[in-house]
Amino acid sequence: MTDLASTEAAAGTALAETDDGTARLHRNLFVAIAALLVIAPFVAYPVFVMKVLCFALFALAFNLLLGYGGLLSFGHAAYFGMASYVSAYTAKNWGLTPELAILLGTAVAALLGTVFGALAIRRQGIYFAMITLALAQMVFFFSLQAPRFTGGEDGIQAVPRGKLFGLVSLADDRALYWLVAAIFMGGLLLIYRIIHSPFGQVCKAIRDNEPRAISLGYRANRYKLMVFVLSAALAGLAGATKAIVFQLASLTDVYWTMSGEVVLMTLVGGLGTVFGPIVGAAVIVAMQNYLATFGAWVTVIQGVIFVACVLLFREGIVGVIARAIRKPL
Amino acid sequence: MKLTTFLATSALAAMLASPAFAQQISIKAGVLNDRSGLYADLSGEGSVIAARMAVEDFKAADKGIKVEIVSADHQNKPDVGSTIARQWYDQDGVDLILDVPTSSVALAVSQITKEKNKIMINSGAGTSDLTGKACTPNTIHWTYDTYALAQGTGGAMVKAGGDTWFFLTADYAFGHALERDATAVITKAGGKVLGSVKTPFPGTDFSSFLLQAQASKAKVIGLANAGGDTINSIKQAGEFGITQGGQKLAGLLTFITDVHALGLQAAQGLVLTEAFYWDKNEQTRAWSQRFAKLNGGKMPSMVQAGVYAGLLHYLKAVEATKSKDTATVVAKMKEMPTDDALFGKGSIEVNGRVLHDMYLYEVKKPSESKGPWDYYKLISTLPGKDAFQPLAESGCALVKK
Amino acid sequence: MFELLGIPPQALFGQVLLGLINGSFYAILSLGLAVIFGLLNIINFTHGAQYMMGAFVAWMALNYLGLNYWVALVLAPIVVGAIGIAIERLLLKRIAHLDHLYGLLLTFGLALIIQGLFRNQYGSSGLPYGIPPQLAGGQNLGFMFLPNYRGWVIVASVVVCLATWFLIEKTKLGAYLRAATENPTLTQAFGINVPLLVTLTYGFGVALAAFAGVLAAPVYSVNPNMGGDLIIVVFAVVVIGGMGSIMGAIVTGFGLGLVEGLTKVFYPEASSTVIFVIMVLVLLVKPAGLFGRPA
Repeated sequence: MTDLASTEAAAGTALAETDDGTARLHRNLFVAIAALLVIAPFVAYPVFVMKVLCFALFALAFNLLLGYGGLLSFGHAAYFGMASYVSAYTAKNWGLTPELAILLGTAVAALLGTVFGALAIRRQGIYFAMITLALAQMVFFFSLQAPRFTGGEDGIQAVPRGKLFGLVSLADDRALYWLVAAIFMGGLLLIYRIIHSPFGQVCKAIRDNEPRAISLGYRANRYKLMVFVLSAALAGLAGATKAIVFQLASLTDVYWTMSGEVVLMTLVGGLGTVFGPIVGAAVIVAMQNYLATFGAWVTVIQGVIFVACVLLFREGIVGVIARAIRKPL
Repeated sequence: MKLTTFLATSALAAMLASPAFAQQISIKAGVLNDRSGLYADLSGEGSVIAARMAVEDFKAADKGIKVEIVSADHQNKPDVGSTIARQWYDQDGVDLILDVPTSSVALAVSQITKEKNKIMINSGAGTSDLTGKACTPNTIHWTYDTYALAQGTGGAMVKAGGDTWFFLTADYAFGHALERDATAVITKAGGKVLGSVKTPFPGTDFSSFLLQAQASKAKVIGLANAGGDTINSIKQAGEFGITQGGQKLAGLLTFITDVHALGLQAAQGLVLTEAFYWDKNEQTRAWSQRFAKLNGGKMPSMVQAGVYAGLLHYLKAVEATKSKDTATVVAKMKEMPTDDALFGKGSIEVNGRVLHDMYLYEVKKPSESKGPWDYYKLISTLPGKDAFQPLAESGCALVKK
Repeated sequence: MFELLGIPPQALFGQVLLGLINGSFYAILSLGLAVIFGLLNIINFTHGAQYMMGAFVAWMALNYLGLNYWVALVLAPIVVGAIGIAIERLLLKRIAHLDHLYGLLLTFGLALIIQGLFRNQYGSSGLPYGIPPQLAGGQNLGFMFLPNYRGWVIVASVVVCLATWFLIEKTKLGAYLRAATENPTLTQAFGINVPLLVTLTYGFGVALAAFAGVLAAPVYSVNPNMGGDLIIVVFAVVVIGGMGSIMGAIVTGFGLGLVEGLTKVFYPEASSTVIFVIMVLVLLVKPAGLFGRPA
């Protein structure tokens, strides 16, 4: 994992955690993001922005695990997809209000993350990636096999957006947008908090040198599991929200290519940077949307971006910017 | 580029030809389908070509109707499809969406179309839920559905003596629906289903399942699967001498593109149901040859033909009502009998189901084929009202009114 | 008639044999992956695309050049192997010093590009490719009908696997290779051209994938996505066998084919998932895989 760490160190994060200038910069960035969120639905198409936000949160959650826990999961679609099924199912069949459906979806993802995480963190590197992939494939198999719950390949369709707290109707895109924006902002702030908490520092120490962290008395596996569960839960939050936005949950969300997509988003945006995954998700989702008319070229273009990122900008877009301004982002 | 030139010319022609320029109706039709994945060959760019041909044949410009066609790739992902559909309706002023293969995407787009009160004329998807329990007043389902395919292949095969069946069923809802519908038809016609095996989807090796089918001694092996699964199972059935052993293969959802991919050597003797075959009659041949010229020599699939016929019928309704108001146009579409060069005469049911004839074909032997794309011989024709699900059974809420 | 677990024994033998035949594809593919991983420390995600290219080269050779199956069986590995060498020299080499996760990401991107290009050119529904006339027909073994072609697949793959094993474990070239895997710097110091060895190894691993592709062309659908899903399964095979272990990859390939074949009889729905279940179990009990050495 040393190289991933060194990439991030090059981006400068490890250096200046307590630097006042950095803290101020980050505060300003948060204000800027909040401002963008307020303006966005008036400038861009709200449903599109909501999609970007859901995937951005998903990528942020994934990045928490890879960038700060040093663990590459190749099966994050499992938590994303399972949560979206749970939230779609409960909103549609149990008539839960959207916030409860989303919370329940997140809780199930956290639970799933606890079980899978406990199994997976016992291994490292490529083995860890393979175990998470294998476990995610089982979730996919389950989703395919349980049509009563998941609707098979038709998915769960026509999920009602419902009324927030039973009061505010979310049928209007703008109304729903504010909820999604709030969830996203909450998720982002939480992740930022986690990274800069003592807990986050220990995670980074473990990522950089596990034996050393253990010798200092930290129970590495417990920290790893914690960060894994947090990441799974946040991925679930993103998936559950997406189900309400699009009013559907489908097999696409649990398929292994979804796990690959989130890796791509994080890589493009900048591994181990706080804000990178947001940029990465925006770029990839925009590509899917606006290149939709190019047909099969979409895959080719995605592939080229993947290759270019690995060869030329391993730090990702935000990583490059961070290096240029010599401040961690 | 082509599109812009086309638009420019049609707009220009409209200005020159139509004295009633002030009353011109302009329509934006979106072809939303798979342009990069499994169904790209049978829908994809070909459906866009078919839609353009419909505009051309209708002489829309002369009639004061300006039609613009846009297209996009839904990548078989419901969320991508529904984002595009919403954006088209909300922002880009799209009036109707055409094609939409892949059941999960079609169902999602159908819901959005209802919510935004626009029109979807579906050609590519197979689920009979579109006009059944998920029906909406805004969806017209043109070409085929699982029920009609099962009816065509299942019913006709039993009549032809294939009265014992074994199913290879792709293990997902679509495969299950095909098997269920076909079983009902077969039992009703006096046949018997000896067994079935659920195969993981997607799969590559079917030999194990084919051996189970062979051991069942059933006269017909029904393939309740699609795409790559169908191709693999047919290829391997030939290899294991299943057809030579006297058992017949029946494809419940096999398109001409699949037969093309298999080649006649492997596909010969396969029985399948289609709504359209390019070599059916003089008119379809003439149209298909024009189509093939635009589509790199590839003949149209029934899905592409359905896009053409659906848009044509819509345009006729717009012309008749001089309006593009959704309720008015849909009412007119359902009231007017359908009639076009490709599907012949038919009608549209209150649930949006289009009734037209379906055909049972057998794939020719290589020696019988005169050249590329000469693949089918007709076994029987199934009239529309027998092929499709009776209204009362559909479970569509619109029927009760 | 007596039955084993509710299945007549003839049918069971048939399924075992079929399982082994499918296993031969797994074996060749995972062997290629294992060889590449052993020396380059790269998880070659492009392997599935290279397998697909093998099948397409066979089709092109037949349709553009009129070359038959047997020529393709030699030609495709050479052509695709050469492309592999170019990929290694131009791209993989640049990231050799990095964490192997980057190798995985790079080859994943390459796979997307290759599949996308083939889809643009040849569509997605596939191309016809027949069984070579010399191998048409089949033998009645009493308990099942065995197509001659399947018999050939199993023979060819066993021969190729054993030859590869022999090459790596028993020859001087193989010894260099193993030495370079163990300690590239030291091996280089002994005057062996390690970068060349690395390039050739990648080319060889890729050629194996293309060989499997040609073997598959007459029986499986030849389409741009044919390798995409298979690759995930083959990864699992390599992981179960133990990363980088040659014999492990071969034995596990055949073994898992067998397990999958039996699952198809008893619980067909699960046959595509059983491999992942086994993988999780194996990794929890023996982290380095069945035949791998603990790191």
